Amino acid sequence: MRKVWETPGGIHPAENKHQSVGRPIGQLALPEQLVIALNQHAGPAAEPQVAVGQTVLKGERIARSGAAALHAPSSGTVVAIEQRPVAHPSGLPAECIVIACDGRDQWAERQPLADYRSVDRQRLLDTVAERGVAGMGGAGFPTAIKLATDRPITMLIVNATECEPYITADDALLRERADELLTGVDIASYLLGDPAERVVGIEDNKPEAIAALRAAIAARGADHAPVELAIFPTKYPSGGERQLIQIITGQELASGALPAELGIVCQNVGTLYALKRAIVDGEPLISRVTTVTGRACAVNGNYDTLIGTPISALLAHNRLAPERLARLIMGGPMMGIALPSSELPIIKTSNCLIAADDTEVAAEQPAQPCIRCGLCAEACPASLLPQQLFWHAQSQQHDKLEAHNLFDCIECGACSYVCPSNIPLVQYFRAGKGEIRQQRADKAKSDFARERFELRQQRLEQQERDKQAKREARKLAAEQAKAAQAASQASGDEAPANSAAAMIAAAQARAAARLASPEQQREKLERAIASSRARLERADANLAAASAEGADAEALKPLLAGQAAAAQKLAQAEQKLAALAEADSAASPATESTASADAELDAAGRAIAKARQAAAEREALSPAALLDRDIAALDKRLTKLRDKLVAADDDQRELLAASLAKLEAKQQALHSQREAVADGV
Amino acid sequence: MIATLIELATANPIAAAVLALVGLALLFGALLGFAAERFRVEGDPIVEQIDALLPQTQCGQCGHPGCRPYAEAIAAGEAINKCPPGGQATINALAGLLDLPAPELDDEHGEASDVKKVAYIREDECIGCTKCIQACPVDAILGTAKMMHTVIAAECTGCDLCVEPCPVDCIDMLPVDGGLASWQWQLPARPGLIASDRQPHSGAAA
Repeated sequence: MRKVWETPGGIHPAENKHQSVGRPIGQLALPEQLVIALNQHAGPAAEPQVAVGQTVLKGERIARSGAAALHAPSSGTVVAIEQRPVAHPSGLPAECIVIACDGRDQWAERQPLADYRSVDRQRLLDTVAERGVAGMGGAGFPTAIKLATDRPITMLIVNATECEPYITADDALLRERADELLTGVDIASYLLGDPAERVVGIEDNKPEAIAALRAAIAARGADHAPVELAIFPTKYPSGGERQLIQIITGQELASGALPAELGIVCQNVGTLYALKRAIVDGEPLISRVTTVTGRACAVNGNYDTLIGTPISALLAHNRLAPERLARLIMGGPMMGIALPSSELPIIKTSNCLIAADDTEVAAEQPAQPCIRCGLCAEACPASLLPQQLFWHAQSQQHDKLEAHNLFDCIECGACSYVCPSNIPLVQYFRAGKGEIRQQRADKAKSDFARERFELRQQRLEQQERDKQAKREARKLAAEQAKAAQAASQASGDEAPANSAAAMIAAAQARAAARLASPEQQREKLERAIASSRARLERADANLAAASAEGADAEALKPLLAGQAAAAQKLAQAEQKLAALAEADSAASPATESTASADAELDAAGRAIAKARQAAAEREALSPAALLDRDIAALDKRLTKLRDKLVAADDDQRELLAASLAKLEAKQQALHSQREAVADGV
Repeated sequence: MIATLIELATANPIAAAVLALVGLALLFGALLGFAAERFRVEGDPIVEQIDALLPQTQCGQCGHPGCRPYAEAIAAGEAINKCPPGGQATINALAGLLDLPAPELDDEHGEASDVKKVAYIREDECIGCTKCIQACPVDAILGTAKMMHTVIAAECTGCDLCVEPCPVDCIDMLPVDGGLASWQWQLPARPGLIASDRQPHSGAAA
C-alpha cells in the first residue's frame, strides 16, 4: 500500500454515512417536468439552443457553452425558458429550460466511442465538453478544461475521499460500478498524455468500496495501466484538492497555484464515471448519483437522478415527513447550502440532499464574542488564522485580510464547527472574499473609465490645438497676402514684370525639355528596332528548323504567330522613327539654341506692352471720354444685333429681341450717366 | 600628520567639535541636495493617490470637470466631501490618505446612492442628435448624426451627464442588476456585547 502523509488541522464530525449505503443505487420514476438551470458550471451561463414548444429527445443538446453543454435528460417538449428558483445561497432565480416529459424516455442517436484511443486528443476533449461533463464533486468545473492542461502531468489522482458526513454517492458508485470508473480513469489518462501514476485516494471508512475497487483492478487485464490505492485515515476535509495532494504526495501546493503546476490532476469519482458514460456509451451527462438522507425521510439511499428532477420528487420517493423537516440541505452538512423550498431542480453538482430533523441540526445559536481560544487555528486545514481573519473581516480591513491569505481559505467550515462561541466564521470569510472581489472589479472598472476619460481629454485638446493651428495659419496667410498687396501697390509696375520673367523661364524650360526628348526618343526607337529585328531573325530560324524537322501544321502555328508579331513590332518602330525624323527636319530651322523660346518671349513681351499701353490709355482718358468710348462700343454691338435680327428665323428672333431690349436699356443708362458726367464737368 | 591633527583636536576640543559638526552638516547637505535633484518627482504625487481613490465616474457633481481636476483641487486644499458617487467610503479613504477628519457627504453636490446605475437609451425614440455623445465623459455612447445611439453598458460609469442634454428625454438611468453573477455573501449581523441577552433567532427552525 502507498505511503500517505498527514495534513494539518481537520475535524472528526459524526459520519452518518451508514443510513444511505445499505441498499443498491435506486431508480426513480420519471418526473412530469425537468428544470435544467443554465448556469450549472463555473463560468458564464450556457445559451439555450431550443425554442419553447420544440420536441427534444433524451440526450439531445439543449444549451451550448464552450466548456460543458447541457442536454435534455429525457424526451419531451420544451414548455418554458424562464427564470426559476434554483439551488443557490442567494435564493435568486436563474434562467432555466423547462421540459415536460412525454414518458417515452426516447434516446436521441448515441455515438459511442469505445475505441477512444484512435481519436485525436483535442477532438476527444471537444467531445467531452460537447457531452457536458463537469466536475461532480462540488465546484462543477468543466472537465474538458481541466483535462486540457498543457503542462506535463505525472500523476492522475482519483478523488474518492468523500470526506463530508452523510454523503455516500461516490461510495455507492464505487461499490457497484468500479469497473466503469476504471474505464473513466483510462480515458482521463489518455487525455492527460498517460501520466506515470494513477492513484485512487480513499478514506478508510469505506471498506466495501475499497474491496470492490481492488476486485475491479485485479479483474483488469495486465494490458491496462496500473491503478494504485492510497488509503488514509478518515478526517474532514481530506477530500479538498490541496489536502488530498498533500496526503498522497507529501507536497504542499503553493498559495494560488494549480495542481497541474506539480504535474498533478485530480478528478472526482463521479466525474470519471460520467466521462466513461459520455465517451464509451455515448451518453451525455444527464444523470448523476444523488444521496437522499436525513431523519425526516423514512427511507435513505442513493439514486440515479436525472438532472433537473425536482427535489420534492426525490423527497417524496423517500417518504419525507414534512412535519419533521427542520432544515433541507443540498450538499453536505459542512459546506452545503440550506434550501428555502423543495421546489428546486437537481443540478450536476447535487451530490446529496439532507432532510434533517431537529435532532440532527442544532438550532442556530446566537454568535458570542470571540474568546481567542485558538481552536479554529488548530482546525484549519489550510494553516490559516481564522480568528485574525475574523477580526479583519468584521472591521472590513481588506488589505489585512489579503495579507493573512484569505484567498487560501477553502471554506470547509472546520473553524465554524469547532468555534465555542458559535461564530459563523465561514460566512465572514465568504463576505470578505466577495467584498474584495467586488473592489477589484470596481477598481478595474474605474481604471478603465479613467483611461477612457484621459484619452477623451487628450483627443479634445488635440482637436482644439488643431483648430487653433488652422486659425493661425489662415490669419498668417491673410496677413501675408495683405503685405504682398501693399508691396505691389508700393512698387507699382514691378510685379507684372516679375511674372513675365517667370513665364519666360517656364517657357525656356519647356523648350529645353522638348529639345532633349527627340534625341532620347530616337535612341529608344533605334534600340527597339534592333531588338525587334533580332527577334524576327530568331523566329525565322525557328520556323525554318521546325519545317525542316517536318513538324505538323498545329505545331507550326505558334511559331508563325510569333514571327508575324515580331515583324509587326519592327514595322511599328520603324514607322515611329520615320515620323520623328520628319518632325525633326520640320523643326530644324528653328532648333538652333532657344530660338523658339526667344520667339515666345517676344510674344509675351508684346502682349505685356499692349496691355500696359491699354491701361495707360485708360488712365489717361477722362471719365467722360471713357463713357463715350463705351457708348460707341455698345452702339456698334446694337447695329450688329439688328442686322442679325433681320437675317434670323422665327425661333431665334424672340431670343435676339430680348437681348436687343436689354442692350437698349443699357445704352440708355450709359447715356444718362454721360449726361450726369457732362453736368458735373 | 594624523598625530598633529589629534594633538590639535585634544588641545582645542570645542573648536574640533564645531569643525566636525560643520563638516558633517556640509557633507549631508550636499548629499541631500544631490538626491533632491537626482530623484526629483515631476508633478504632485499626492494628486495621483487622490485620483486613485476617486470613483472615476467623471460625473462632475463636485463642480469640477472630472475626477482628476477634483483630485488636483483636493490637493490644493478643497473639501473632500463633494463626491456623491464615492459616498462615505471615498470620504473615509481620502481622510485616511490626507490625515484629515472625515466629514459627512456635502448634500449640496447630490446624494450618495448604493445602487449602481447605467444609462439606457430608448432607441425607438432617439433622433440621432449626438448631444449625449458629446456629453459622455468616457465615450461610452455609440452613434452618429441622424442615426440611433446606444450606450455601451460595460463602459458607462452611470454619471447621468447624458440625461440632461437629450432633447427628447429618451435616456433612462437604470439600476445595474447582475443577477446571480454579481451576488455576494453579506457579513453576518454583528453580535451584541452580551449575546445571551438576545432571543435566539426565530428563523433558525424554519
